[in-house]
Amino acid sequence: MRTPRLRVDRERCISAGMCALTAPAVFDQDADDGRVLLLHAEPPTAHRAAAQMAAGVCPSGAITLHGPEASGS
Amino acid sequence: MSESVHTVMAQPTARQPGCPFDPPAELLEAHRHGPISRYTHLGGKPGWLITGYDMVRSVLADSRFSSRKELLNVGDFEVPPAPPGEFLLMDEPQHGRYRKPLVGKFTVRRMRLLTERIEQITAECLDAMEKAGPPADLVTSFAKPIPTIVICELLGVPYEDRGSFQEQIDTFMGGETSDEELIAAYTATQEYLAELVAAKRANPTDDVLSELTDSDLTDEELKGISLILLAAGFDTTANMLSLGTFALLQNPAQLAALRADPALTDGAVEELLRYLSVAKTFMRTALVDVELGGQTIEAGTTVVLSYHTANRDPERFADPHVLDLRRPYDGHLAFSHGIHQCLGQQLARVEMRVAFRALVDRFPTLRLAVPAEDVLLRPETADIYGVKSLPVTWDQVTS
Repeated sequence: MRTPRLRVDRERCISAGMCALTAPAVFDQDADDGRVLLLHAEPPTAHRAAAQMAAGVCPSGAITLHGPEASGS
Repeated sequence: MSESVHTVMAQPTARQPGCPFDPPAELLEAHRHGPISRYTHLGGKPGWLITGYDMVRSVLADSRFSSRKELLNVGDFEVPPAPPGEFLLMDEPQHGRYRKPLVGKFTVRRMRLLTERIEQITAECLDAMEKAGPPADLVTSFAKPIPTIVICELLGVPYEDRGSFQEQIDTFMGGETSDEELIAAYTATQEYLAELVAAKRANPTDDVLSELTDSDLTDEELKGISLILLAAGFDTTANMLSLGTFALLQNPAQLAALRADPALTDGAVEELLRYLSVAKTFMRTALVDVELGGQTIEAGTTVVLSYHTANRDPERFADPHVLDLRRPYDGHLAFSHGIHQCLGQQLARVEMRVAFRALVDRFPTLRLAVPAEDVLLRPETADIYGVKSLPVTWDQVTS
């Protein structure tokens, strides 16, 4: 029912590509600098687990998952 | 919680006989006492050894721990700073200055575009192996040439220079050469790369090194970057391919499963990365006092991070010492973590996916040509673990 919201911090991103690898429907990499591009801030259910894993394996902690009511971190 | 902290005296020199894929027994024993142990560096200085998955990961993500080479505090000697361009052993902002112009060239997408070419290179190696007939050394006929050709093409090393280049890298990555040989090989590589950088600047071609000459990096820096990319680009993958094949051959049910189901390939690569962790340890030095697992790591103390032991942490992985190609991927430390995580990991993944797949498809009867205990392993002193050679054989198909 409630959709978690993804946030990416492109300043923290180190362009490792783990997100684009684990959740390609949700994340991509900028063609020039390799940094994260968020395709869906509120991923559909089918891609939520992959998005969560991408947040978990991100080497720089650039991806965060927020509850729908979260106001800040 | 144990009262006293376990102590490990310097780095173990060998693996347990009969357990070529497992971290040395001393490290596994240390981990049974907890994720952090007291440690004496080879040079005699006291330090810490970290074997717990979560703790290794947290140190790698913690900017209070430095990668700077000159801060390494392992013995009573000065360690010089990393040469220009060798950003693996630097902190921000120097590290980022070198890494940033490179990252866009190693994205998931760009590496996938190389798939077809890597398949071609792999097929050529396998053709040659098949034509020569069994037995073969899988290291020289398969594991080394594939990543060597790939990284040389990507970077722009001319074809005719690859042989001598590979020999030099072998010398200084093998962990068994005298200081003189080591210095000679290193110097020769440095000289070669200096010439290569100058050549690319004069006549840019379609490769990463030529692209990099169009930046503010100096020739000296480009030389250092090239050295890192070449050395890291093939010694690691080459050892994953050969040791990985050895591991598959020793786990016939897993090998059969992989052969039967191409969909297992990606997961198999991740599991082999976790299980083998050929880049086994890295070091960090505390910049300030840091509390870790109830211990104080004093400023200036160097810690050893054992990736291979952390990747066998039972708190993180169920049955960690079992090679299970169906294990759901949930992260591992084979490519490290934090800002220094492997730049070329997406290339390595494509290479391994293509190469393992092609190998198991091509040779359904592949097996060791010698008893497993006779397979020669690299010593623990080598930075990257692996086999020196892997004699294999197979049944020839008569047509």
